[in-house]
Amino acid sequence: MYRIAEKKILNPTVTQLQIEAPLVAKKAKAGQFIILRVDEEGERIPLTVAGTDPAAGTVKIIFQTVGATTEKLARKEAGDFLQDFVGPLGVATELEGLKKVCIVGGGVGCAIALPIAQALKNLGAEVTGIIGFRNGDLVILEEEFRACCNTLTVMTDDGSYGKKGNVTLPLKELLEKGEKFDRIIAIGPLVMMKFTVLTAKPFAIPVTVSMNPIMIDGTGMCGGCRLTLNTPAGKVTKFACVDGPDFDGYQVDFDEAMLRGRMYGAFEKHAHEETCNLFKKEGK
Amino acid sequence: MATANMNPNRNPMPTQDPAVRARNFDEVALGYTEEMALDEAKRCLNCKNAPCVTGCPVKIRIPEFLAKIRDKDYEGAYQIITESSSLPAVCGRVCPQENQCEAKCVRGIKGESVGIGRLERFVADWHNAHCAEDPVLPPQNGIRVAIIGSGPSGLTCAGDLAKKGYDVTVYEALHVAGGVLVYGIPEFRLPKKIVAKEVETLRKLGVKIETNVVIGKTLTVDELFEMGYKAVFIGSGAGLPKFMRIPGETLNGVYSANEFLTRSNLMKAYRSNPETPIMKGGKVAVVGGGNVAMDAARTALRLGAEQVSVVYRRSMEELPARREEVEHAEEEGIQFRLLCSPTEILGYHNPDDPRDPKNGFVTGISCIKMELSEPDERGRRRPVPIPGSDFTLEADTVIMSIGTSPNPLIKSTTQGLAVTPTGGIVVNEAGLTSRAGVYAGGDAVTGAATVISAMGAGKTAAKAIHEALSPTIE
Repeated sequence: MYRIAEKKILNPTVTQLQIEAPLVAKKAKAGQFIILRVDEEGERIPLTVAGTDPAAGTVKIIFQTVGATTEKLARKEAGDFLQDFVGPLGVATELEGLKKVCIVGGGVGCAIALPIAQALKNLGAEVTGIIGFRNGDLVILEEEFRACCNTLTVMTDDGSYGKKGNVTLPLKELLEKGEKFDRIIAIGPLVMMKFTVLTAKPFAIPVTVSMNPIMIDGTGMCGGCRLTLNTPAGKVTKFACVDGPDFDGYQVDFDEAMLRGRMYGAFEKHAHEETCNLFKKEGK
Repeated sequence: MATANMNPNRNPMPTQDPAVRARNFDEVALGYTEEMALDEAKRCLNCKNAPCVTGCPVKIRIPEFLAKIRDKDYEGAYQIITESSSLPAVCGRVCPQENQCEAKCVRGIKGESVGIGRLERFVADWHNAHCAEDPVLPPQNGIRVAIIGSGPSGLTCAGDLAKKGYDVTVYEALHVAGGVLVYGIPEFRLPKKIVAKEVETLRKLGVKIETNVVIGKTLTVDELFEMGYKAVFIGSGAGLPKFMRIPGETLNGVYSANEFLTRSNLMKAYRSNPETPIMKGGKVAVVGGGNVAMDAARTALRLGAEQVSVVYRRSMEELPARREEVEHAEEEGIQFRLLCSPTEILGYHNPDDPRDPKNGFVTGISCIKMELSEPDERGRRRPVPIPGSDFTLEADTVIMSIGTSPNPLIKSTTQGLAVTPTGGIVVNEAGLTSRAGVYAGGDAVTGAATVISAMGAGKTAAKAIHEALSPTIE
């Protein structure tokens, strides 16, 4: 069992937990992920590590309530325990040698982008941050990003905070002005990553994206997380859990990944409703 | 010895009615009654040279345990088996005895061999039902050994070393111990409570089991030595599923057998766990012909599929699954599409509506019929496509069960660990790898094989570890 050391509600649907998992805290690097189960019989869900405190032995996770499991997880409090917590899994984001990087984060993906921005700052790189949210109420981690980015642009879809529009607008402006990034690192919804790649393409700037598909074990065993890369040598199947989660954005078949993400859509909607009804009943 | 029972036929195994069991996950084979076990044990001729023992990968003293059954000393029979095997209730169910001990049985020459596996199961189940006392802890020598993976090879190695007094810790990547016995083999062939019981027995022998630790990620092999372990056994299994590399394998509804079985077994979709989604119902096609393919097909049927087909590119004669499993599958209504190979998996695509919820889901498989060539120099008849014989098999779910390859997580983080071109860890006959103090066995070495051969490898390594470390005991 793994104790929740601290809980913080970042916005109405996004929660941050510090979990006591000393072995994971010692090893995890930016870009890697963990798998957890909330309780016995619970599903295994992958979450990318949002930070670690090796001295305290804690791992930070930030997640959005999207289904039955994240709903249950969001209702846990400091002092409660999680059934299982395993990691770090996947390959850490490759940051060596980068001098000038643009970090593009979308929604809860910003939680994963932040430790990468922080790591880059610690390596002495110049970091440009662009973070986007649906509206002002959903903005998270702005102060933390400001602390590690040389410049930060906050975007909202409805213009209720920061600038109006999606993250590709300021990115395109910067690129058109002639900004030469060594790399763009985009983390967020698949559609956001897809359009970040399309925006960067005319400028031939490398784009790394972080994939977070459906998986079970996280060690390469189930193959559920497979995705297709269009490489110069042809189509190649990769497992996001062991080969990723980072991939060359120009090679990822995003349309296929989006279709695969919908595999259990109907099931998840049903399970989420069931869980909500259960909590409602308990509330009464 | 009293006169042997010379009935040429063995006592048949009582089973659940096929029509009933095809829709439940209860165990198919019900096990011998005491009467059947006594009758069957009497069929043993007690051969002096005991050929059956030579067929057993862990060398269980078979005639001796059969003699104990005849004396109705079932606990005595159990004690003889456990001297050689750490998992009798498991092996009695899933060992391919027909290719091992029973293949060597003299009674098999002019009739059916003695039902050794069924008797092993009877003895183990009798013990589990009647004996509750804890095993006696051997004197502890304080030497620490780490075992990576809690599947059959790891549990066997752990059990053998614990019985010799070693301080053993098993590291498991998943949230429950048992490896393939819990994520792979389904409930109707191996009830999970039996695996849990065997694991519990090891715990009582002092074995510590640490779940949620991925060696190669959470800890490395080198760190295990730094932590004070004097030897490490790698039994990490053959994790990575293979795909055919044909178009359409990333469509929704295409599973590896590993994923399908893991969702059903480990994640409990078979008990309708509301948190584990799995595609069920409709038409299911399983590609492959091994035991795992049989498990996947029969699981799909039990989850509610209307129709399940096994698609295999050779003929029934070459089909590698155990005969008993194939017969059970046929009785339950699984269809075998033999001499047939998939060329593409077909999916739904609505060009007018990108939001059509059916987009990206499987609709069928394009297949081509095969014929077997003349035997090649190795005597193998290769399947060759028959030009123009293409046809479409309708399917909503496709399960690829064409094998697995060893997991590279440990290899990639362990300096100096030699592997074969296909990724298997290189070991000598004692199970020692190219690294001092590091042993390996099971599917991590051989690629996908059987539970009992993995147990044999775990046993060999335990013996070698003891021989290497026992001189250091003060």
